[in-house]
Amino acid sequence: MIILRNRLLERGVYMNIVEVIRLTKSYENFIAVDNIDFTIEKGEVFGFLGPNGAGKTSTINMLTGLSKVTGGNINISGIDGVKDIKKAQSIMGIIPDESNLYSEMNGFENLCFCASLYGMEKEEREKRAKELLKQFGLDNTGKKPFKAYSKGMKRKLTIAAGIIHDPKILFLDEPTTGIDVESARQIRELIVDLNKKGTTIFITTHYIEEAERLCDRIAFIVKGKIVQVGKTDELMKGVQRDKIVQFTLDDGILDIKETLQKDFSHYKFEIINDNIIRIKSKENISLTPIMKYFDEKGLSVYEAKVIRPSLEDVFVKITGIEVSKMNKKGGKK
Amino acid sequence: MKSWIAFWNILKKDMKNYYLKPPNISWGIIFPVAWTLMFFIKSESTLGIRDILPGVMAMSILFGTTSMLAVTITFERKSCSFERLLLAPISLNVLMLSKTTGAILFGIVNAFIPVIFASFIISLSGINWFIVFAGVLLIAITSTFLGLFIAVSVNEVFEAQTFSNFFRFPMIFLCGLFIPIQSLPIIIRPLSYILPLTYGADILKETISGVGDIPIWTDFLALIVFGIILFSISVKNIKEKWIY
Ligand SMILES: Nc1ncnc2c1ncn2[C@@H]1O[C@H](COP(=O)(O)OP(=O)(O)OP(=O)(O)O)[C@@H](O)[C@H]1O
Ligand SMILES: [Mg+2]
Repeated sequence: MIILRNRLLERGVYMNIVEVIRLTKSYENFIAVDNIDFTIEKGEVFGFLGPNGAGKTSTINMLTGLSKVTGGNINISGIDGVKDIKKAQSIMGIIPDESNLYSEMNGFENLCFCASLYGMEKEEREKRAKELLKQFGLDNTGKKPFKAYSKGMKRKLTIAAGIIHDPKILFLDEPTTGIDVESARQIRELIVDLNKKGTTIFITTHYIEEAERLCDRIAFIVKGKIVQVGKTDELMKGVQRDKIVQFTLDDGILDIKETLQKDFSHYKFEIINDNIIRIKSKENISLTPIMKYFDEKGLSVYEAKVIRPSLEDVFVKITGIEVSKMNKKGGKK
Repeated sequence: MKSWIAFWNILKKDMKNYYLKPPNISWGIIFPVAWTLMFFIKSESTLGIRDILPGVMAMSILFGTTSMLAVTITFERKSCSFERLLLAPISLNVLMLSKTTGAILFGIVNAFIPVIFASFIISLSGINWFIVFAGVLLIAITSTFLGLFIAVSVNEVFEAQTFSNFFRFPMIFLCGLFIPIQSLPIIIRPLSYILPLTYGADILKETISGVGDIPIWTDFLALIVFGIILFSISVKNIKEKWIY
């Protein structure tokens, strides 16, 4: 069984690029990661979503060899990630939450240096560094020392440095935290691009929207434990809610609410404000009769949209954590 | 081959970022010059220069190497860029060798600055430069590894500096360079023999001033053993403390 699996691994047939079994990390008496299991499939974007202090960075650090594993097993592309981490590191790209590039060196030098750590030859290094600076829109700043970069530029260069050796799997620790909206969007695009080209991605975040947008599968991690893991769309289906359609109308909804409820007794109505009303139902909502009804009452409909359950609902339901509390920056340096 | 590329580039980066920076170049020159002047002026006759040269060389190496490690290791660790190196697929041994080779070279250069000065004043004939160089190399290696040992035992740059003085100053007095070991009180004499510099100083004294008192092969052997021990303890410490 094991031999067969190893053979499959050697040929790269095996689906999982990362397998984590009963992984635990404790700092003295404090358990930061508590007996977690998960796998990352080749080619997917796998997300770790959790609030500050959940154990996201601790997990990444163990997977990448920056911290010792207290207990459990890690298998990365057929390599024992606990005993043989140096071997596994050559196929990993690692982008830490805080930049670890050299402040005195410029962008180009930083990239070339990082490439050399993976044994790349000079010509190859310089070619790739130039390519990446261009791709990341940093070619104008390639000559500036890293310390003169803005936060967003720093993050981009850190990402460029992490992918310079074309890693098979990329670990990103909160890549969009603390930078402006535009840079964050660009970084998310880059991640999608990389994934399309075949790089497997492991990303941690505490932005639910980001996880929803980027990840094929998501694990919710809270207080060192994975409380739920699954395909993003299945997680959303998991919290089966009523079907909801929301209408935006002229003012005057309040006047018609009662008759509306009488005429369409199989639906539930909820007034959001003066001109927005929601219709809820277990079954599909047929729009024509309702539109007709509004028309008869002399109310124009400006907008009608289906409200879908969001990952946020899923997260709140599963973890019981208020999302507004999650995005606050607490406990960060 | 791949490790070699990484090794060479880490060394090159350190050279460019630290050793060849004006403050360090001037430190590298001024310091040995100051030692040289201090001792040469004090010694009345030119005859004394040759007796004092080994001490000045050894001091230059010791101070040059140990102070550099505080920067290249402790500082990089503080600024997280050391993590970048820990994440690279090169063994910790190769990594630490590449991080220390710069300091070793720096120490060797430092050692020969007083020699150049002395050569203007006195004749340096009859010296086996091959053995001198081998001795200098080994002193540079052991003091660098001593610096490494200190650098990985502390968290702050200033701690590294303080801690190395704790080693450096007693060493000056106990290594037999300025006060012959035989004239030290008997109870502290054993201390001299557990300091690597004692053996390094002996090689230089033997070859330059002809007054060594330990067999030279023992000196070399002792330095090699010290080097290996200090390096392995340091790497072990990194494994245990920095990969937390
Ligand atoms: N070196 C350490 N020593 C002691 N405790 C630590 C250490 N590193 C992390 N912890 C603790 O472990 C827990 C998990 O930390 P971790 O950094 O993994 O969380 P995180 O999910 O990455 O959070 P964030 O969103 O803030 O980055 C926290 O309670 C933290 O205080
Ligand atoms: Mg974190």
